[in-house]
Amino acid sequence: MKRFAAIFCVAVLLAAMLTGIVSAKGADSGLLLAGGNGKIDRFLRIFVDEGGYLQVLRGLKNTMLIAVFGLAIGIVLGTLVAAVRVMPKYKRLPRLLNRICSVYVGFFRGTPIVVQLLLGYYVLLPALGLNYPALYVCIAVFGLNSGAYVSEIMRGGIASVDIGQMEAGRALGLSYSAAMLHIVIPQAVKNILPTLGNEFISLIKETSVVSFVGTLDIYVAFNAIGTNSYEFMVPYLAMALIYIVLVAAVTALVRLMERRLARSDRNISSH
Amino acid sequence: MIEISHLTKKFGDLTVLDDVSLKIEEGERVAVIGGSGSGKSTLLRCMTCMEDPTSGAIYFEGENLADWQVDINLARRKIGMVFQQFNLFSHKTVLQNITLAPVRLQLADLKAAKRKNFRNKLINPLRKNKKPMLPTGRTKKEIVAQAEETAFDLLRKIGLEDKADAYPSTLSGGQKQRIAIVRALAMHPKLMLFDEPTSALDPEMVGEVLELIRRLADSGMTMVIVTHEMRFAREVATRVLFVDKGKIAEDAPPEELFNHPQDPRLQEFLKKVL
Repeated sequence: MKRFAAIFCVAVLLAAMLTGIVSAKGADSGLLLAGGNGKIDRFLRIFVDEGGYLQVLRGLKNTMLIAVFGLAIGIVLGTLVAAVRVMPKYKRLPRLLNRICSVYVGFFRGTPIVVQLLLGYYVLLPALGLNYPALYVCIAVFGLNSGAYVSEIMRGGIASVDIGQMEAGRALGLSYSAAMLHIVIPQAVKNILPTLGNEFISLIKETSVVSFVGTLDIYVAFNAIGTNSYEFMVPYLAMALIYIVLVAAVTALVRLMERRLARSDRNISSH
Repeated sequence: MIEISHLTKKFGDLTVLDDVSLKIEEGERVAVIGGSGSGKSTLLRCMTCMEDPTSGAIYFEGENLADWQVDINLARRKIGMVFQQFNLFSHKTVLQNITLAPVRLQLADLKAAKRKNFRNKLINPLRKNKKPMLPTGRTKKEIVAQAEETAFDLLRKIGLEDKADAYPSTLSGGQKQRIAIVRALAMHPKLMLFDEPTSALDPEMVGEVLELIRRLADSGMTMVIVTHEMRFAREVATRVLFVDKGKIAEDAPPEELFNHPQDPRLQEFLKKVL
């Protein structure tokens, strides 16, 4: 179903592009693609001849770097936070950790990511006297942000695993953390994989705000092309197309992983 | 082997176990019977602190397991536990289910030994009484190979070695429970606890699980079984406990308990179930 939806979206965009061309044709009264003044032409001139595509590729690289590393940090952090939050709270240390984690989750879920970026880059970094490239700050902020969301997803995932699994692990002598790591979390991850895929997708799309701290991403690259050619429709449509392709690729990847992990559910022997 | 003294367990205001004392010697096979909600499962679960006692002490090999300072995980390695719902790790194959704990624990021990050796190597030159190096001879490969060998041995004994690579979801209830018992045995426990091992099984599968437990009993394993199978309790147990309202109401050898019940509630209970 999702694949059809994706194809539908691409079709709509192509239609929009075509309309753009047609209207451009009308506006330029006869100067079509060959004439060198059509909207597509102007876009292509900047995109291909003047090296705009290099900017776009660089932007794409940054977008993917931020999304992939952000998610990686987010998964590690979120899993740790989730494990702390489901820990039994008899002792003082888990209670303290739990308090810290809920403040962390509260902050990163309670403020927009733009605010977090601005605070991180323009407030926290100078305050600490550090000077890192904006890209690193973006990765860190997106990692922290997605960590907060993943922790909530993971908490649901852990809760969805039967309590008996933990008990069986503990009964064999495994420590709480070992049972969590080797028994509960692998099953939790399997349960939340579709939701985790969603998180990755929204992370990819949210990276479009990194220009607030001056990081080059797809948006910045296409915006520059638009500014240079005094024409924004084609660059922006192309940008949308790239995002759709990215998201479709991620969706397919998640599907593949789901099928891999579903092995133990199948009602046949693995032979 | 294991001694419970003045154990009380409360869930909120509800007192499930009320000042229970009990001593189980090595080689004893204790069956625990009682109505539902009598506290018999809680008694069993308290023996490995799966439920933390509200008050009282549980002595296993001289250590009080109810004490926070005592490492409960070390004791649990020596106490096998089998659950009503099997609780096989559903994302692992049968073989992995059996080897997971032995391998993980031995690797953790190996790591700890190496860490200690490293520390001693650094500090020993400053010490008068040098601390000896701990043995770290075994590699990960050897540990895994040995665990798998043990697992296959056990699987062969129950005739399920062809299921080694199958996932639990493909097994029948009886097979699952037998694997769960084998998984506990792979840790070479000194005491086995069974929490209603046949209550979640289809009637035709009860036999194979009881047969395995019986074989285990014949091999001299110390065990505590919470069960509703009165005939089985009578045949296998050396001692039967009747738990009622959080107390051990009667504690006698099976012949005596089943043939000459003293407690009026036990008489009533036996009338209902027999």
